[in-house]
Amino acid sequence: MRVPFKTSYLHDIRLFADGYRAAQYAVLVALAVLLPFVLDDFLIGEVTGVLIWAIAGMGLMLLTGHAGQVSIGHAAFLAVGCYANVILMDRFGLPFVTSFLLAGIVTGIAGVLIAIPVFRLHGIYLAIATLALSMLVEDIIVLAEPWTGGVVGLTAPSVTIAGMDMDRFSAPNRFYWLCLAIALLVTLGYRNILRAPLGRALLAIRDSEVSAQAMGVQLARTKAAAFGLSCLVTGWAGALLGHFFYTFNHEVFTVVVSIQLLLMIVIGGIGSIHGAFYGAIVVGIIPQAINIGRDWVTDILGTGGVAIPGLETGIFGLILVLFILFEPLGVHGRLTKWKIYFELFPFYRRDLFRRQRSYLKTERLR
Amino acid sequence: MDDLQLMVGGLANGCVYGLIALGFVLIYKATEQVNFAQGDMMMLGAFVAIGLGNESHAGLPFWLACIGAVTIMAGFGMAVERTLLRPLFGQSQIAVVILTIAFGFVLRFVAGAIWGHDPLVMDNPVAGTHVTFGQVVLGADEIAVIVVTLLLTGLLFLFFARTKLGIAMQAASQNQLAAYYMGIPVKRIHGLTWMLAGATAAAAGILFAAKGSVDPSAGLLGIKAFAAAVIGGFGSLPGALLGGLIIGLVEPFAARYIAAGYAQIAPYSVLILVLIFRPHGLFAQVRGKKL
Repeated sequence: MRVPFKTSYLHDIRLFADGYRAAQYAVLVALAVLLPFVLDDFLIGEVTGVLIWAIAGMGLMLLTGHAGQVSIGHAAFLAVGCYANVILMDRFGLPFVTSFLLAGIVTGIAGVLIAIPVFRLHGIYLAIATLALSMLVEDIIVLAEPWTGGVVGLTAPSVTIAGMDMDRFSAPNRFYWLCLAIALLVTLGYRNILRAPLGRALLAIRDSEVSAQAMGVQLARTKAAAFGLSCLVTGWAGALLGHFFYTFNHEVFTVVVSIQLLLMIVIGGIGSIHGAFYGAIVVGIIPQAINIGRDWVTDILGTGGVAIPGLETGIFGLILVLFILFEPLGVHGRLTKWKIYFELFPFYRRDLFRRQRSYLKTERLR
Repeated sequence: MDDLQLMVGGLANGCVYGLIALGFVLIYKATEQVNFAQGDMMMLGAFVAIGLGNESHAGLPFWLACIGAVTIMAGFGMAVERTLLRPLFGQSQIAVVILTIAFGFVLRFVAGAIWGHDPLVMDNPVAGTHVTFGQVVLGADEIAVIVVTLLLTGLLFLFFARTKLGIAMQAASQNQLAAYYMGIPVKRIHGLTWMLAGATAAAAGILFAAKGSVDPSAGLLGIKAFAAAVIGGFGSLPGALLGGLIIGLVEPFAARYIAAGYAQIAPYSVLILVLIFRPHGLFAQVRGKKL
C-alpha cells in the first residue's frame, strides 16, 4: 500500500497523486488511441457514442456532482449546442473548429442567462425549473422552424479540419480520435477547475451554502460560473452529438434524455470525473446487452423475435433503483471500495464507507 | 358561452392535476421527500381499478372496484416506503428524487407489460350522462371529478390541521430528531404518509380513467401535476389544488386563443414565471433558512 505523505499545499493539489497513477492514465490513453486498429467500424461508432455521452456527463457532473445543483433539464443545453453548431456551420459558413467552440460558448452564455433568474431557487425547485425548461426547449425547437427545421430537423454537414475529412461515416476512426481528444481536453480542464479556487468553492457550496457564504464564497457568482461551465461542456457534447447522429430533430432532446443523463452520472458515481465515464459506459452497454439477451431467449424458446416496448427504460430504471439502494456511490464507489479492500488487506472494515446520517429539518417554517 | 364551457372542462382537468399534486404535497409535507413517481402511481391506480372493475377483466361492481383499488394502492404505497424509501432514511433528498424517477420508469414498464400499451377506459355508472345548466353542458364525470377533488382536499387539509396524526406528520417533517424525542415514531409516520399518498393516487387514477382514457405513459402527466404543486407552493394543500386549477384553465384557453404550437408551452411558461417572481409558489411556505 502506498501512503501519500503530503509535505506542502502544492503537493496536495498535484494533478496526479503519484507517478504510478500518472503511468496508469498514460497507458489508458495510449490504449484508447490505439483502439481503432483493433475494433471494426461499427464498434468504433459505439465507443464514439460512449465518449460523447461521457462529455455530456462531465458537463452535468460539474453542476450536479460537484456544485450540488440538480438539473433535470440538461437535454435542453445539448440541444442548444447541437443546433448552434450546425446553424453556425450551415448559415454562416464557419469551419468546424470555430463553430464548435462558438457553440459551446453560446450554450454557456445561455446557461448563465438562465441561471440568473433561477439563482434564488435551490434543491427541488431548481430541479423543477430545469425540468420545465427542458419541456419548453423541446417545443421551442419546433416553433423556431426557419432556423431549426422544425419537426423535420437538420442534417449535420460533414466535419473537416485543416482539409482532413473527419466525418462520422466516411472516416469513423478520425471522428473517434476527434471525440477522444475533446474528451481528454475537457477532462483535463475539469480536473484543473477542481484544483483551482473555483472548484473548492463549488464543493463548499455543495456541502453547505451557509458555511460557504460564511467562508467568503460568493454564492451567486460561483453558481453562475458552475452553470456556465457545465453548459459550455454540455453544449460541446451536443455539437458532437449532432455530427454523431447526422440527422436530428426535437425528438432527440426530450426530457427523457435529460433524466437519462442524470441517471447516468448517478450510476457512474456522483461527485467524481470517473463516474461520468463509467456511467456513459454502462448506459452504452445496456441496450446491446438487452439485444444479446433477447436473441439468447429467442434462441432457447425457438420462437420469433419478442419485442417488448419500454423494456430498455424499465431495465435501466431497475438497475438505477438497485444502485441507489445498495451502492449509492455508483460504479466508481464500488471499484474504489474493492481497490481499498485489497490495498488494506486484511484491515478493511465494512463501515469504512458508512455515511453519516443526517436528520432532516424542513426549510419551510410554517 | 363557449368560454364558460371551456372553463368547466378546464376545471375538471385541473382537478385531476390537483389530485396528483395533492399526493406530491402530502408526501412532501409529511416526510420532506419528493416523490417523482406520483404520476406513475396514479397510472397504476387507474390500471388496478380497470383490472378489477372492467367487464373485460375481473368485472367486479364499480364501487367494489374503487374500494379495492384504493386499498391495494394504499398497501402498495406502504410497501414502497418500506422496501425502497426506508433504506434511504437519513440520506439526502436528491437520492430520493432520483430513486423515485427510476422507480417511475419501472412502474411504466410493468404496467405496459401487464395491461398493454393501448388506452383503456374505466367502465363507470355515470359514463355518457350529462347535466345541462343553461347553455353549458356538464358531463356527470366532470362533476364527479370536481366534487371528489374538493372533498379530498378539504378532508386532507382538516386532517393535517386538526388530527393528532396530521400534526405528528408535520412535526416529523419539520424536525425529525426533535419529533423523535417527542415520542413520534417518525419511520412509521413515513409509512402511513406513503399509504395515504397511494390511496390519493388511486382516487386520482380512477377519476382520470373514468373521465378519459389511461395508458402506461399517462404517468408523464405527473410532470404537469408537479408544475401545479410548485405553482401553488410546495407543501400547501390548497395551493396544490389552486395550482392544478391554474394549469387546467391555462391549457384550454391557450389552445383556443394562442397560435397552435405556442399553446402547449403555456403551462410551463406559467411555471417558470411563477418561479422567477415568486420562487416558492403562490402560497409560499418558505421563509429564509435558519441554522
